[in-house]
Amino acid sequence: MSDKGAGRRLSMQSRLGTLAASGLLGATLAFGSTAQANDPIKVGILHSLSGTMAISETSLRDVALMVIEDINAQGGLLGRQLEPVVMDPASDWPRYAEQGRELLERENVAVIFGSWTSVSREAVLPVLEELNGLMFYPVQYEGEESSRNIFYTGAAPNQQTIPAVEYLMSEEGGGAERFYLIGTDYVFPRTTNRIVRAFLNANGIDDDAIEEVYFPFEHSDFQSVVADIRRFSDAGSTAVINTVNGDSNVAFYQELANQGIDAVDIPVLATSVGEEELRGMDTGPLVGHLAAWNYFMSVETEQNEAFTARWAEYVESAGLPGGSDRVTNDPMEATYIGMKMWAQAVLQAGTTDVDAVRQAVYGQCVDSPSGFEICMDEENHHLHKPVLIGEIQADGQFATVWETDGPVRAQPWSPYLEDSKDKVANWRYPWVCGDCTEPTHNLDF
Amino acid sequence: MSNLRWLLMPALCLALAGSLLADEPTAEERAEALADAEQEAAPGPTDGLADDTAEVVRQFASSRWQDVRDAINALAELGDADGLPVLLALQDRRLYYDQDERVLIEDPLDGELRDAISGASVSRDGLELSEPPLTNPIRRSLRPVIGQLQIFSDDVNLRRAAAEELADRPQAAMLPQLQEALEQETNAEVQRLLRIAVARLQLDADDPEVRLDAVQTIGEIRSSRLKGTLQNFLRTDDDGEPLESSAEVRQAAQDAITAIERREQMARFFSDLVYGLSMGSVLLLAAMGLAIIFGLMRVINMAHGELLMIGAYTTFLVQNLFALHMPQFFNFYLVAAVPAAFLVTGAVGILMERGVIRFLYHRPLETLLATWGISLLLIQSMRSIFGAQNVRIVSPEWFSGSVQLMQGVSLSTSRLGVILFAFFVVALVWLLMTRTRLGLEVRAVMQNRQMAAAMGISANRVDMWTFGAGAGVAGLGGVALSQIVNVGPELGQAYIVDSFMVVVLGGVGNIFGSVFSALGLGVFSKFLEPVTGAVLAKIFLFAAIIVFIQWRPQGIFALKGRSAED
Repeated sequence: MSDKGAGRRLSMQSRLGTLAASGLLGATLAFGSTAQANDPIKVGILHSLSGTMAISETSLRDVALMVIEDINAQGGLLGRQLEPVVMDPASDWPRYAEQGRELLERENVAVIFGSWTSVSREAVLPVLEELNGLMFYPVQYEGEESSRNIFYTGAAPNQQTIPAVEYLMSEEGGGAERFYLIGTDYVFPRTTNRIVRAFLNANGIDDDAIEEVYFPFEHSDFQSVVADIRRFSDAGSTAVINTVNGDSNVAFYQELANQGIDAVDIPVLATSVGEEELRGMDTGPLVGHLAAWNYFMSVETEQNEAFTARWAEYVESAGLPGGSDRVTNDPMEATYIGMKMWAQAVLQAGTTDVDAVRQAVYGQCVDSPSGFEICMDEENHHLHKPVLIGEIQADGQFATVWETDGPVRAQPWSPYLEDSKDKVANWRYPWVCGDCTEPTHNLDF
Repeated sequence: MSNLRWLLMPALCLALAGSLLADEPTAEERAEALADAEQEAAPGPTDGLADDTAEVVRQFASSRWQDVRDAINALAELGDADGLPVLLALQDRRLYYDQDERVLIEDPLDGELRDAISGASVSRDGLELSEPPLTNPIRRSLRPVIGQLQIFSDDVNLRRAAAEELADRPQAAMLPQLQEALEQETNAEVQRLLRIAVARLQLDADDPEVRLDAVQTIGEIRSSRLKGTLQNFLRTDDDGEPLESSAEVRQAAQDAITAIERREQMARFFSDLVYGLSMGSVLLLAAMGLAIIFGLMRVINMAHGELLMIGAYTTFLVQNLFALHMPQFFNFYLVAAVPAAFLVTGAVGILMERGVIRFLYHRPLETLLATWGISLLLIQSMRSIFGAQNVRIVSPEWFSGSVQLMQGVSLSTSRLGVILFAFFVVALVWLLMTRTRLGLEVRAVMQNRQMAAAMGISANRVDMWTFGAGAGVAGLGGVALSQIVNVGPELGQAYIVDSFMVVVLGGVGNIFGSVFSALGLGVFSKFLEPVTGAVLAKIFLFAAIIVFIQWRPQGIFALKGRSAED
């Protein structure tokens, strides 16, 4: 990691800008730092290790510890070792805020890697902004947000759901004319589906060809809805967009198989089902159903080979439960990218100071396991990511059936929604703003 | 006598379900049939493909989906059954091409590579293999072509599978071949399917007689999928003139649509009912133990959900035990899990009662807090022992799959089993309460503690056994839940509120009230769900119950007579 040096930047121009800015800020702020030169750098990990979300978030904690081990093995950062501070907010959203505050105020962590659900991110966000903390958020989400204190390393809707819907509508994807949107009843599925509906309407699909249903978390009886999907599909070529979260998915897919919904007739495209969720599911009847992500464990690249091999080795050496069944997935890759990016930025800034590091993260690039060079946008705190659509295979892995030519720039504010289409997320001068329609800092004041 | 009948009924029903299942060819049978086809159709190593077929097969050496689709269509046009192995290999992801664009097939049996055109064995050394793309749209065009090439097979199972595919997605160019196949066909089922396929293609025939025939054939099968096609016959153009010239055909289409809609309505009603019963039986199993513990003993047991969870984990352990030590009997682990779960959870229940609850009788608030504490304790200890992740439960073969109850309504075998199991458990509880010494004593103690004690019944001991039995029954619920929901430490949390709801609504103290309220709640919410959505349906249900309990605090079935407290 450290031998990579200061990382690569997007363009010459931005490089100069970033260097100047980070140098200046680093110099001014280094005085304020009280840390001793050889003290370890504390890194907060804020993922639920118990409760509903433990299923998904535990492996993010694991991969974060793996990367920290790797960095320490190479001598740490700036001559200092990294020291993980692991919290467990127990899938209790307000506790993310409490423990986030504890990490920043008591533990003085340099950075936090954490959160999965949007509610948990929204809980910890005011704390980050109040105390000027820095968090890397590794999960695809609904967008409509850009905080100065968060770097979003998962996909925005235009890097996942929208291309997936486009694919399903295309001849290559089967030419779907009707869409059944099924999700868990909380902010991510509802906002995503609002964007999807607006996108479909803009592309000539009327509301009577769109059905939208929601279920509570942990719902397990999908019999009626699957029967309803079948009825809905009688009227024309149908695709299902599945934003169900958590282990409800197991029951949903089982019911699909039971009622013989064949992916050839009605493909179900999931936005929150990855390798980890498929583990422990009988995937035989699900072959052909789809998922849209920015990374699959099955991607055949040198970088991914190294990543998965290192992960397998770590699982064994750390004696993690699950052993050789453990898989890698998209949010794990996003965590990995986020951590490498932060480490590169710390090296470049020469300090762990939040403002200096933030400046240095802009335009930072990482050679990712997906095989693409992933860069942080210079303005909106989101990554440029490739979009992959994969088909579920009998072995619980995905086979990529479609991918974008290269990384796609994130649109945190969806252009399809009336109330967000004019909003801009741009943290550079003169905008300096994550949520506004005109610059907040101009020269006229 | 009546006891026996109760016990026999589930067994009978299971047997019936089994016979229903046998009619449908399973995925495995189909896979077997395909493997047969493979052997039948596989060309020997010496005979190569005809030149024009070989030309088309070469087109599969491409990473573009358009090329693959065109190649499939070209093979369909040639109609050469020798192309079948290539298509089957593509379908199973066994088709490759190397750097020289040579198309290769991997043998499903020995894993060897063979040249698709010459049939010669090819060594893997130095080959860079790529796969032609296989996506759902490609499968969509692939399947009917495989059907078309297999429709003349000697194996009737293969012909049926082929005809099913063709009836589903016939392609216009296949019409002459399908008609020929229909003439030759001897099997009635295959004939029926082929007639549908032909009829679908003849819907736009020039001859109104042929069209009429086609519409009538389609009307007979009442498939909702074809409703849209039939509706086209009733459309009018911009001037209001009907697009279909023959009034007779229009009438036939109208009749067919009416028949389809009538069937749809019936299916809808029936499916709501069946799914409601299925949901109700899950609620019933979850609540049955509580009906004893809370209903009879008045112990507010917040750890009830965790008793379900322990039952489910016991099933998991029994499953692992069978997988490890008696893999040949793996399919019967569920049978062993039933008594095991009853005993394990019963023991946990007795421990709880002896250790904590017996000191808290008549102090409901303390019981509530104490049992809630126990519930947290149990969840965390499961998390420590088995991990926070869900554990994997594999349903036995005879318990997976589904049963088609009518066109458009299928129930998974496991859910059908749960319905039957629920009745089994109810019967068990009923027998326990009315036909055993313990049951008699339980009823005596619950009705009048002092009097029962005066008669020489040890109320203290009865409390213990009742709680144990209630916990054991909860464990049985856990066995059933393990087959249809995820088994994790938080499994029980989702059922605690529902269980209390069922018992309170049914009438505290009345076990059979719980049966009616559980099934009623299930059916009611399933009829509500399509109208309001699942989230609102649940809210409505809660609201309705609150109103109902205000009006009738004793629940649907109140205890009558001297035993009633108020």
